[in-house]
This record gives sequence, C-alpha cells and structure tokens, in this order.
Amino acid sequence: MGKTILRRLAQSVLVLVGVSVLAFSTLFLSGDPTYLYVNEHASNEEIAKTRHALGFDRPVYIQYMDFFFKAIHGDFGKSLKYGQPAFKVVLERLPATLELTFIGFFISVGFAIPFGVIAAVKRTSLFDGGTMLFAMLGQSIPEFWLGLMLILIVGVQWKLLPISGRIPIFEPLFQGNFALVGKSLPDAFRHLIMPGIATGVWALSRNSRLIRSSMLEVLGMDYVTTARAKGVKETLVIMKHAFKNALIPVVTMIGLNLGFLLSGDVVIENVFAWPGVGRLVVFAIQEKDFNVVQASVITLAVIFVLLNLLVDIIYTWLDPRIRYS
Amino acid sequence: MNQVSNLQVVPFDAQRKRMSGFTRMWRSLWRAKTPIFGLVVLLIVFTCAVGAKWLVPYDPNMINLKVRLLPPAFADGGNPAYPLGTDDLGRDVLSRLIYGAQVSLLVGVVAVGIAGFIGITLGMIAGFSGGIVDDIIMRLADIQLAFPFILLTISVLAVLTANSGSNSSNRLVPLILTLGVAQWVTYARMARGMTLSLREKEFVEAARALGDSKASIIFRNIFPNALGPLIVLASFNVASTILAEASLSFLGLGVPQTVPTWGGMLAGSRVMLLTGIWWLAVIPGLAIVLTVLAINVLGDWLRDYYDPRLRS
Repeated sequence: MGKTILRRLAQSVLVLVGVSVLAFSTLFLSGDPTYLYVNEHASNEEIAKTRHALGFDRPVYIQYMDFFFKAIHGDFGKSLKYGQPAFKVVLERLPATLELTFIGFFISVGFAIPFGVIAAVKRTSLFDGGTMLFAMLGQSIPEFWLGLMLILIVGVQWKLLPISGRIPIFEPLFQGNFALVGKSLPDAFRHLIMPGIATGVWALSRNSRLIRSSMLEVLGMDYVTTARAKGVKETLVIMKHAFKNALIPVVTMIGLNLGFLLSGDVVIENVFAWPGVGRLVVFAIQEKDFNVVQASVITLAVIFVLLNLLVDIIYTWLDPRIRYS
Repeated sequence: MNQVSNLQVVPFDAQRKRMSGFTRMWRSLWRAKTPIFGLVVLLIVFTCAVGAKWLVPYDPNMINLKVRLLPPAFADGGNPAYPLGTDDLGRDVLSRLIYGAQVSLLVGVVAVGIAGFIGITLGMIAGFSGGIVDDIIMRLADIQLAFPFILLTISVLAVLTANSGSNSSNRLVPLILTLGVAQWVTYARMARGMTLSLREKEFVEAARALGDSKASIIFRNIFPNALGPLIVLASFNVASTILAEASLSFLGLGVPQTVPTWGGMLAGSRVMLLTGIWWLAVIPGLAIVLTVLAINVLGDWLRDYYDPRLRS
C-alpha cells in the first residue's frame, strides 16, 4: 500500500508540473504576452521597456523555468491592482472559497446518500419518482441561475436570507478564536445557505442518480438474494450487504465532485458577492491583473490535485483489491 | 405441425429484421413518451436558431430607451407589442431570446464535436497501440482532468478576450475551441476502455488475421461498435456545454454583449432583481433550463436504448 501511495504521489507531482506548463502557456496564446500588461495607447518604446522589465524578451524555456521555480515558492509577482504579492491576495480569499466548497460538498454527498438509497429500495414508488424528477431538473438548471432565483424568491420576495456577503468562519477557526466563531456562527450560516445550495445542487442531483443506480445493481446480485433467503432482516441486508458495496463507485465520484464544486464556486461567488477566489479571478480578468489570475488558477488546481490525492489514498485504504499496476 | 408453425414465424422475423435502425429508434422513442417532450422542445429551439432572422419581431440589438424595462405582456404594465418585455436598454427580450438559441446550440454542438473528435481519436489510438503511446496520452489526460475545467477555460478566455478587446465578435471561435479542447478527456477515456475490450474480440482477431491494416480495424471494426455509448456521452455533454457557455457568458467571458446569448442576457439581471425586475432573470434562465432538460431527457432515453441489457 505504501508503494501505491508513493506512486500516486509521484503522479501528482507530474500532474502539477503539467498544470504549471498549461498555466504558463496560456499567457502566450495571444502571441506576445507583453500586450497583456500595457495599456492600449502605450508607445513602442514603452512596450519594449515593459517586455524587458517582465523578462518576456528571454527564451521561452528560461521564462518557464523562472516561472516554475518562483511558483513553487509562492511567488507569482505583484498584483497590479492591489500592489501586494499576487499569491498573498489569493490566500486571503481562499478560506471563503473552501468554506463554500465544503458546504456544497456536504449538501451534495450528505443528502444524496439517503435520497439515492431510499429511491433504490422503494423503486418505482412516489418517492423514487419525485427524487429522480428533481435530480433530472437539478442537472438541467444552471447553478448561477438557481442562485439568481433563490435571491429573487427567498431573498427579495420573502426577505428570509441575506442575498450577498459573508461572515467568516474558517479564518477565526484557524486562528483559534473559538469564542468569535460561536458568536458569529448563526449569522454566518444564514449567509452560507443560499450560495451553498446553489453550489451543491448539480452534484447532489448527479450523486443521487449515481447512488440509486449503484444500489439497484447491488440489490440485484446473487449474494443479496442469498442473504434474504437466509432470513437476514431487510434493513440489515440494505445497510450492511448492499449499501457498503454500492458505495465503492460513489467514492470514485467524490474526487471528481470536488472539481465540479470548485468550478461551480467560481461562478456562484459572483452571484452572491462571496469574497472568494472565484470573484477575485473575474475581477482580476477585468482589471487585466494577470499575475493574480495565474496565482488563483494554480492555487485552485493545486488544491484540487491534493484533494484528489487524498480521496485516492482513502480509496486504496477502503478497497484493498485496488493495486495500480 | 411443427414445420408449419415455423413457416409462419419466419416471414414475421424477416420483417422485423428489415425494420431500419431509424424505425426501431423511432418506435422506442414513441414508447418511452417523455423523450418526445425533449424532441419537441429541441425542435422549437432549433427552429428559433435557424429561422431567427425571420422569426424575430424586432432587431435584437435595437436600443429604444422610450420602452426600457417593460414587463412581459402577461404581467401588470406589460405591452402586447413586447410579449416578453424589454431590457434596460429597451431591447426586445423575445427577439434576443430567439437569437440566443443560435449561440447556445452552435457552441454546444460544435464544441462537443471537437471534444469528441480529439478524444475518440486519441483514446482509440491509446487503446489500440498500448505501451508508451498509451502512457503518454493517458498521462496527458490526467493532467487535463486535474485542471478544473472551468478554470482552464477562464484562464484561456481571459488572455484571449484581453487581447481582442471589446469590439471583436470573433470571440465565439476561441470560446468554442476552448470548450471543445478542454473536454476531450472523457471521450478519450471511454474510447480507450472500449477499444481495450473490443480489441480482444474474435471479429477483430479475424480482421487482423485477414491482414487488415490498423487504421482499417480501428475505423471499420472498433469505432462502429463503440459508437453507441459515445453518442450517449456526447448528448449529455452537449447539455453540460450549453450550461458552461451560459456560465461563462454570465461572467462576461463569453461572446460580447452585441451577440445575444442566454447567459449574456442574465449577466446584468442580478442588479435588476433587487428592484423587482424579475423577467430579465427568469425568462432567459427558463430557456436554458428547458433546452438542457430536453437534451438530458433525450440522453437518458438514448442510454437506455443503447444498453443491450435494457433492450427487449
């Protein structure tokens, strides 16, 4: 198992190098990246000066090496807008994004399991039909539009929940300021509900369908019939014999889920004025603050890779049959 | 006696066999009922996209501040001349909605076509050749998968839009290309998996024994047999690509505002919501939901149709 994990770790490093190449080369998509850093009326002289100052006149592979070694030290250059290191700007916004991702994750997995399992057990019942109808709808609604509709109905019409902003939970939690966390938690939670739902519903729908079909497959297997024939209680058959095995394909999905959630976050943050990395990226693009764009993209990609690595390690540990050959 | 009954069965069977693939599909579609809804919706959207020029009551970009922010005709204060109301610049929502179908369908179908073409080609090559070629292609796929797809499109579009400025309408091409190239991996993985299992089948071995070339085996024996599931994947992918395009346009990274898109129409609607102007957010969103739902329903049916375990 140690060997498998080491192998997987090496693979992740390779993937991260690939990610850095991708992020680096996007700058060159439009030809000379210098033009991204100067304004439209800049004179040729100014452009040449900027090109030299930013090092774009060096050979590309040297630029890449430079970019790479600076990047692993968290140096993405200064933010043009904020005047601070780009990485620092991103790190400040990161807890907000992670908070939203975790809530989305909790909603998409926590609710999908009971919905999917009950729908499978009570197949063709009203509950099953209803769940699957909602799942179908949930996969067809753009998450940002769901956010807009929540704002319209719950926020503007009913005035039940705040429609924008965030009360931090993660930052005081990491600083160990538990008193503050306890005090602000109810309000923070009220701010989280709508963005959390909007982030999680697509993955929730997908997971419910997946868990249902995975359960149905397992419930039709011979060993489940055998268990029933032996007179094992139905709840025990479902929970112990079927559910445990139905979970295996679901765990694989979880890693991919995190990717969807992170991607969804980027859009949802802009709907709810949530001060996370997604909102930062969109602002940075508008402001042509490309150091921040790159720092954000790479940071999120690194988090995604690490989370996936973690899921894979848990997976290997859960299912000893898996050996990467 | 026995022979007589056999004789009666034979012509019936022959008739069944003669039923073309299209007829069989149509019958299955008719029997399943819900996909009919999907088909009807898609036909309407398609008609809008193709016939937009002749269907729209107004020029979708015609600004008329005298009629700005009119609610839909069925709501209080609506004007029957503008059935779905007008936006903050007095542009007709219905006309923009009809034109919006063009970009959604175009982006959805072409981007998926590109993704499918790259992915299936690379996947089949990887699966068929194995060894180092397989390794390189699949590691590339891993890298791509590790890069959250919307981040990739955002970073690419960021650079491209910054450079092309706001005037150019050829931002559509980079949008389609990025969405296409960013999604090849799923196809590659599926095509590779299917090639790996099909490659061991007797009929492929037979073709190889007959001396067929690699390309001929891939295109004549493996590709047709892998097509069904790939079509199912593509149909769901068209739906998710339309959603992705809408998100990007909503963020202002898609095509410029002068090209009406459903996502773009929603971009400015958030601020309006707070002042009770609901139709600018509700109507384009419903168009997206109905279209994507229609495609998903059809995709579900296609999946059941191609699944031999479910076919009678």
